[in-house]
Amino acid sequence: MTTAVAISLVVNGEHVEANVLPRLNLADFLREHLELTGTHVGCEHGVCGACTVRLNGDIVRSCLLLAVQTHNATVETIEGVSDSGEIADLQSAFRERNALQCGFCTPGMLMAAQDLLKQSPCPGREQIREHLSGNYCRCTGYQAIVDAIEITARARAGRLP
Amino acid sequence: MKASAFAYARATSVTNALELLTAHGERAKVLSGGQSLLPAMNLRLVAPEFIIDIGELAELRGVVVREGVLTIGALTRHADLLKSPEIATHAPLLADAVAHVAHPAIRTRGTIGGSLAHADPASELPACMLALGATIIARGPNGERRIAASEFFVGIYETALKPEELLVAVELPVSPKNSTHFFHEFARRHGDYAIVGLAAQAFVRDGRFANLRLGFFAVGDRPLLAKSAGKLVDVVITSAVLAEASSALNDELDPLEDQQATPAMRRHLAKVLLARCVSSLLDRPDLYAGVSA
Repeated sequence: MTTAVAISLVVNGEHVEANVLPRLNLADFLREHLELTGTHVGCEHGVCGACTVRLNGDIVRSCLLLAVQTHNATVETIEGVSDSGEIADLQSAFRERNALQCGFCTPGMLMAAQDLLKQSPCPGREQIREHLSGNYCRCTGYQAIVDAIEITARARAGRLP
Repeated sequence: MKASAFAYARATSVTNALELLTAHGERAKVLSGGQSLLPAMNLRLVAPEFIIDIGELAELRGVVVREGVLTIGALTRHADLLKSPEIATHAPLLADAVAHVAHPAIRTRGTIGGSLAHADPASELPACMLALGATIIARGPNGERRIAASEFFVGIYETALKPEELLVAVELPVSPKNSTHFFHEFARRHGDYAIVGLAAQAFVRDGRFANLRLGFFAVGDRPLLAKSAGKLVDVVITSAVLAEASSALNDELDPLEDQQATPAMRRHLAKVLLARCVSSLLDRPDLYAGVSA
């Protein structure tokens, strides 16, 4: 019974069928089976946020989800939201504001930030920090990341700084 | 690390989940949101041989209010609780508490039933169940069993659930009109494990507590419904009365030591929370003067 299970899901708009072992988590499935390596694996127990992806529209930790649990689900990764242009402005704000250095946490930061901006168009800095509280950055520091998100929120609301 | 290998079955109904539990019993673990179980499996703290995934059982998800009782399905997610108008109206303590449970990406998956069945002594929802006088509904091969929250939590990660039982719902009495609540926890980072926390539900009349239920968490091997709250009911609260209650609370606590805090620090913080709670609920800043965390 520890044999592979058939799953069928949609990843970044493409239909995917696979046979996976129950122990395989979604992050490893995306990275190793689908070669979508933008989703990063940091702590593997839900603390660092580097593996954040969208499942049926909501952000989740892909290290705390088994691939078998995504049967019939829709998954969007950093590759999906980058290629569609959905977060192009957020990405350039990160670049311009130097909100990344090594870039390891950046995909997760972008997924969490976009989730916040979808729910609340003009968040305050405290609200941004709270929404990002589950995402660790170990080199850039959070100030520039919060700045980039705040700048994007204002620009989207038509209130350029 | 990665979880060790296990066999997996996706339950198709509650009956099917119970059949699987009966067949696999103690070798099996029930997977709902997975936000506590999967970290433990990835860290190899647990290695169940069999996983019963109940995530698709939509019948276990949702909030219903009927005749003064709020029924919350076991698979109701933390994010659902945060958004629910019924919870905001009838159990605002729970809404406040859920905002402190981990982070947004975890709240979209984690479930109330999973949190209660996991029974982490540092988690918020078990203490809320004590403060709100909840009843836990478990279903087993012989039907349903109702367990008072005060009887449900029996140790670290240990509950009154039997291996062949499934937690299906919790029932809360609708919070009476004009009742008040308090929730606060000390944590290293918003959403992290609490160092010490307090979930309180109260009824204040003429500046006195007519009722006060204090649910402390991360102060021992299970959440604690503090008996010392009784010393604060139906009396005029003075600094001396509060000090007596605080000393009685100290006798009830049995805090554990971990990387986050020593038992002495936890005792201190629990007493700080007590003073902060009483002062806030009675709107008496004088009772909190001179107390510092």
